[in-house]
Amino acid sequence: MADIAENLPEIVREMVGRMIESTPQAVALGLRLVSVNVARGSIEAPWREDLVGDPDTGVIAGGVVTTLLDHTCGLAMSTAAGTEPFSTATLDLRIDYMRPAAPRTGVVCEAHCYKITRSIGFVRAEAWDVDRTDLVATAQAAFILNRPNQ
Amino acid sequence: MTTAAEQLEAFLSRVPYVRFLGMQAELAGDEMTAILPPSPHLIGNTYIPALHGGVIGAFLEMTALAQLSVAEPGRRLPKTIDVTIEYLRPGRGGLTSYARADLRKVGRRIANVHVEAWQEDRDKPFAALRGHFLVGSGS
Repeated sequence: MADIAENLPEIVREMVGRMIESTPQAVALGLRLVSVNVARGSIEAPWREDLVGDPDTGVIAGGVVTTLLDHTCGLAMSTAAGTEPFSTATLDLRIDYMRPAAPRTGVVCEAHCYKITRSIGFVRAEAWDVDRTDLVATAQAAFILNRPNQ
Repeated sequence: MTTAAEQLEAFLSRVPYVRFLGMQAELAGDEMTAILPPSPHLIGNTYIPALHGGVIGAFLEMTALAQLSVAEPGRRLPKTIDVTIEYLRPGRGGLTSYARADLRKVGRRIANVHVEAWQEDRDKPFAALRGHFLVGSGS
C-alpha cells in the first residue's frame, strides 16, 4: 500500500490518484505510487521484460528511468502547488546517469519540489534500484504552472 | 563487417524498450531519422492530449544512441552519461514525431550529441536534447 500523507487535501489526493492510475504512459509502464506528501513523492517502476534496454544484460531501459524521474518530479511539484486548479508542463529536465540499474531489477524514484512560485516549480529527484545510498540516476527539473484563474 | 543499416536494424529490433515505444528509423546515407508513430500508451496529458515528457526524453535519447550506433558500426552500445532535455512546445499525442541527432563530437571515449524532435514542421521543434555518451572502453 502506498503511504499517502493524511494532511494532503482531498483535491490533491484525487490528482495524485489520477497521475498514477489515469495517465496512459504511467499505466503502460506499470508505475506504482510508493509515498506522497506535500512537495514530495516517490514512485516505483517495476522491472518488466518488455522494458529492457540492453537485451544482453536484462537491465531496464534508460528511457523508463527518464519517464519515472519526470513523472515523480511532476508529482512532487503538483503536491506543492496547493489546491487551486492548474495545468503543468515540463520546461527542462537534466538527468545524470551514475550507473546502469541491476539486471532484472526495478527502479524507485524520490522527488522533492524545493521551490515553487506562482508560475514555476523547481524539483530534484534521485533514483536507485536496491540501495537508497547507491544511486542509479539523479534529475533536476523545472516545470511551468498555468493557473486558469490568474 | 557490420554495415550502418544492419547496425541500426539490430538496435531497433533487439532492444525491447524500442519496441515498447514503437520507435522506427529511416536511414539516408549516414543520416538517420527516428520516427515515433502516435499511440495511446505514450500519452502523459489526456486533456491536450500530449506525449508524456518522459517519453519525449526517451525518444530523443534513443535517437542519439541509434545515430551513434550507425556512425560507429561494430562498437558496443554507447552508455548515456547525462542529458539535458528542453521542452519547447507540447508533443501532440495524435501526430507522428521525428528526430535527428547531430554528433557534435565523437571522441575516443566521449560523444557530444544534440538531438531535435519535431512533428508537422521541421522548423518548429517541440523538444531538444544535449547529451554526453560514453562510447569507448571504461565505465
